[in-house]
Amino acid sequence: MADTVLNSPNIKKLSAKDFRSDQENRWCPGCGDHGILNSVQKAMADMDFKKEDYAVISGIGCSSRFPYYMDTYGFHTIHGRAAAIASGAKCANPDLEVIQVSGDGDALAIGGNHFIHAVRRNIDMTILLFNNEIYGLTKGQYSPTSNHGMVTKTSPFGTIEEPFKPSQLAMGAGSKFYARSLDTNIKLTTEIVKAASDHKGTSIVEVLQNCVIYNDGAHSIITDKATKEDYTVIIEHGKPMIFGKEKNKGLIMGGNGKLVVVTIGEHGITEEDVLVHDAHTEDPHMHWLLSSMMAPEYPVALGVIRDVDSTSYDEKMVQQIEDIKAISSIKSMDDLLNSGDTWVVE
Amino acid sequence: MSQKTKIIEREEVVIRFSGDSGDGMQLTGTQFSDTSALFGNDVATFPDYPAEIRAPQGTVGGVSGFQLHFGHQEIYTPGDYADVLVAMNPAALKANLKWVKASGTIIVNEDSFTDKNLEKAGYESDPLLDDKLADYNLIKAKVTSLTRECLKDSGLDQKSILRCKNMFTLGMVYWMFDRPLDHSEDFIEKKFKKYPLVVDANKKVLKAGYNFAKTIEALPYNYSVAPAKIRKGTYRNITGNKATAWGLMAAAERANLELFCGSYPITPATEILQELAARKDLGVKTFQAEDEIAGICTAIGASFAGDFAVTTTSGPGLALKTEAAGLAVMTELPLVIVNVQRGGPSTGLPTKTEQSDLLQAIHGRSGECPMPVIAASTPSDCFHYAFEASRIALEHMTPVILLTDGFIANGAEPWRIPTMSELPEIVAPIAKEGDDFLPYAREEKRLSRRWAIPGTKGLEHRIGGLEKIDGVGTVSYVPENHQVMSDIRKKRVELVADNIPELKVKGKDDADVLVVGWGGTYGHLTTAVRELQKEEKSISLAHFNYIFPLPKNTAEVLGRYKKIIVCELNDGQFAEYLRSTFQDIKFEQHNKLMGLPFTVVELKERFNQLLEEK
Repeated sequence: MADTVLNSPNIKKLSAKDFRSDQENRWCPGCGDHGILNSVQKAMADMDFKKEDYAVISGIGCSSRFPYYMDTYGFHTIHGRAAAIASGAKCANPDLEVIQVSGDGDALAIGGNHFIHAVRRNIDMTILLFNNEIYGLTKGQYSPTSNHGMVTKTSPFGTIEEPFKPSQLAMGAGSKFYARSLDTNIKLTTEIVKAASDHKGTSIVEVLQNCVIYNDGAHSIITDKATKEDYTVIIEHGKPMIFGKEKNKGLIMGGNGKLVVVTIGEHGITEEDVLVHDAHTEDPHMHWLLSSMMAPEYPVALGVIRDVDSTSYDEKMVQQIEDIKAISSIKSMDDLLNSGDTWVVE
Repeated sequence: MSQKTKIIEREEVVIRFSGDSGDGMQLTGTQFSDTSALFGNDVATFPDYPAEIRAPQGTVGGVSGFQLHFGHQEIYTPGDYADVLVAMNPAALKANLKWVKASGTIIVNEDSFTDKNLEKAGYESDPLLDDKLADYNLIKAKVTSLTRECLKDSGLDQKSILRCKNMFTLGMVYWMFDRPLDHSEDFIEKKFKKYPLVVDANKKVLKAGYNFAKTIEALPYNYSVAPAKIRKGTYRNITGNKATAWGLMAAAERANLELFCGSYPITPATEILQELAARKDLGVKTFQAEDEIAGICTAIGASFAGDFAVTTTSGPGLALKTEAAGLAVMTELPLVIVNVQRGGPSTGLPTKTEQSDLLQAIHGRSGECPMPVIAASTPSDCFHYAFEASRIALEHMTPVILLTDGFIANGAEPWRIPTMSELPEIVAPIAKEGDDFLPYAREEKRLSRRWAIPGTKGLEHRIGGLEKIDGVGTVSYVPENHQVMSDIRKKRVELVADNIPELKVKGKDDADVLVVGWGGTYGHLTTAVRELQKEEKSISLAHFNYIFPLPKNTAEVLGRYKKIIVCELNDGQFAEYLRSTFQDIKFEQHNKLMGLPFTVVELKERFNQLLEEK
C-alpha cells in the first residue's frame, strides 16, 4: 500500500495534474469549488498514497460532482448517503484512503444522521464539507446552515430556522478532528487536507465556499480585502492566536469563560498574554469556543482547530476480527456446519 | 425405558406449548423438537409470539406459543391442529383451544386457574370445572406448586424457582412420547454452566415432571412415533434465519471474498445480522448502521470497495432501502438484499408472517429498475437460496432480492449438512491490473460489466447514480443513450434465466388442477397436494423459487393445465404478476391475510371444491 510509494526509486512523484480527469468540468465560472478541487489535487499529490488507493465518494449537489473531476477511484452516490457509503468502503478495504465530498445540504440536512454517526464511530476518512449556506443544485433554497432570516426561494419572508454550526455538530458527535478553511485559500486548504488525511479517524474539514449564483458573498467579511485580516484568525497548534492587519490583535480568555479580542500594546496587554492554541487536547471546550466565533464580534477561526489522537473504527474492527480468529476453533464453513448439535443418520 | 400402560403407534404428532411470553415456552418447544430430531424423527416447528417483549401477563394478547410436528415420514409443516396442548394459564387455553384436535390431550397448570387469571383471560366461569372440555383428555397438573415443592430446599429464591416450571411440563411430555431426558439435561448443564444451583434445579424439575406423568397415569395411553426413513448423512436442526446467514457466508467462502453485512435490526430479520455478527472467526464484517438506509448504503460502499456485500431487513425496511437499491442497479454492483417478510402495511404485524412484499420486491423502485428476485421455501433451504442469491449477484454483477418470511425464518427443521466442496464455486468478473478496462464494457453472455476494485493499479474510474454511456461510463443525458442503457439493464436481468434451473412439477403433466405457489407456503401446499394425490385426485403442484426472471419453461408448464390456482399469503400479488406476464392463461386465487400460514385442511377444502367444479 501507500508506504512503498516514496521509498521506491522507480515511481515518480505525483503532481496535481495526475489527479485531473478528462471529464468536462460543469461548475459555474467563479464557483468556489474550482479552488477546492485545486487544493485537494495538490494535497493528494503530496500525500504518501498511490493514485489507485484513493476513493473519492460524494452524495448529491454541486460539490458532489467532485469525483468526476478526479482521476482516481470515484463514486457519485445518492443524496445525503455519502457518509454511509464511504463508511462501508473503508470497512471493506481499510487500506483505501477514503475522502468524502459533501455540501451543507447533503451532509447536514438529508445526510445529517449519517454525518453524526460516521463521526461518532470514528471511521478513518476525511469528510470535506463545502459550506456555501445555500442549496445550489436545486437553485437557491435555504440550507441548514443558512442564517436566520435569510431570504431565499423557499423563504421569501426570511427563514425562521436557526442554522447549524458544522463544528458544533461534529464536536457534539465526538469528533476528534475538525478544521476550517476557505475556498480561495489554496495553500491553507491544501495543508488542512493533508493534516486531515494524517489523522486516524473521521476528520471534518469545513470549507467555507462561495456560490456565485445563489449566495454570492456569503463569506465576504473574511474574503474582502478590506475586512478579511481583521475578521480572520488562522490558528496553528502551539502558536499564539494573533491576527489583524497590524498583527496586533489577539484572543485571551475572559473572566466569564468567554473569549475576548484584545489589542496588543493596549491596557498593558503583551504577546505573552495571548492564548496559545492546543489542537491536541482531548477537552473540546476551547475548540468549541474557537470554532463558534463569528464576525463581527470575533474573527472567524481558520486552520486545524481540533486534532486529537484516537483509534479508528476500522482499526478496531480489524483487530477484533484478528483476536476472535486467534481463539476460535471455527476456521472454515465446514467447521461451522459441523459444530454444535449434529447427529448422523446411517 | 418406562413401563407403559398402552402404546399407540402414530405416524405423526403435533404438540403446542403455550403460556405467558415469559414462561419459557419457546425454549420448551425447542428442547422437545431437538430431542425428537436426535431420536430420528422428521420435525417442523413454528414459534408464534407477541410483538411485545413482555405483553400484559395472563392476557390472551400476551400468549406465546411454540408448535412442533414430528413424524416418521417427511414432515413439511408444523401441523394445523395439535394432538397435545400445553397451556400454562387460562389465557393460553383460551387462545389455543381452537387449534386442538377433537379428543386431543390438554395439559393445564391447574395452579394458574385463579379467579384473577380467569378474569384476565376473559373466562366467565372456570373451564376446568364445567363440561366444555369433556371431549378432550384433560390433564390437570399443579405445575407451580409441584415445582415449588420440589425445589423448596434448593437454595434458590422464589422467582428462580418459578422459572423452572416449564421444565416440569417438558418432563411430562417427554414421558408421554417416550423420549429420553439426556439431551435436555446436557443442554441445561451447558446453558447454566456458571450457576450449578440452577442446573440442579432444572434437572430435578424435569425429572419430577417425567415421574409425575408416569405416576399419575393420567395419560390413558402413550404415543410412539418411530424414526423417519431419511437420507443418510449428518444432520442438525436449523432455523430459516440461521440458514440464510450461513448460506451467505458459504457463498462468500466459495467466491473467495470477504463478507460484509450492513444492516439495521428489524423483526423478524434480526437473527441474520446477529448470526453474522457472531462469526468474526470467519472474518465476517457486520456493521450495525444508524438506519435501514445506512444499512444498504454501507453495503453498497463495501461492494464498491470489493467485499461481497449484503443487507438484511423486513418489509418496512425494504421500503426505506428503495432509493439505494436503485443506485446498486445503476452502478451494476453485486449486492444481496434479504427481505424477511412480515404482516404489513406499515408496522403491521411485526411477528406474524405474510408474503405481501412480492410486488415491492419486483417493482418497488424509482424508474425502470429491474432486479432479480428469488424466494426460499423452507427453513433449511434458506441456506440454498441465500447461496443462490449470492451466486447470481456476484456472477451477474447485480443486486438481488432474496425473499423469506417470518414463518420459515423462525421455523426450524432438521437439515442434512452439505460439505463446502459440494457447493459450486462462484466466480465474480473481477478486473485485474493490466486488463483493458472500461467501467461499463460488458462481457457477451451475461452483459455484465467487470468489477474493478479500488486499489487496483491502472483501473481508476468513476461510477455513480447518473445515467452513463455504455462502455466508457461517461455521464450522458442523451435521450437515445437512456433507451439503450434501460434496454441493457432489462436484458441483463432476463439473462439470469439462463443461469437458473427449470421449473419442476410435483405430479402429472395432465392433472385437472395445477396448484401454484411460491416461497414459504411450500410445506403446506406440498402436504395438501400430496394428501390429495394419495386420494387419487388429479392435482399437481408447481412451486416457484425463482420469481424474477421466471424459469424459462414457465409458459410451457402453465400452458399444460386447464385449471390453475395460485395460493399466497397476500391479496394475489403473484397471481397478478403471472396474469400480466402470461395474458392468455387464466388463474384462480386462494389468498389469506391473517398473519398465519395456510392450514392443510383449508387448502384441501379449496382444492376439492375446484376439482369438483366443472
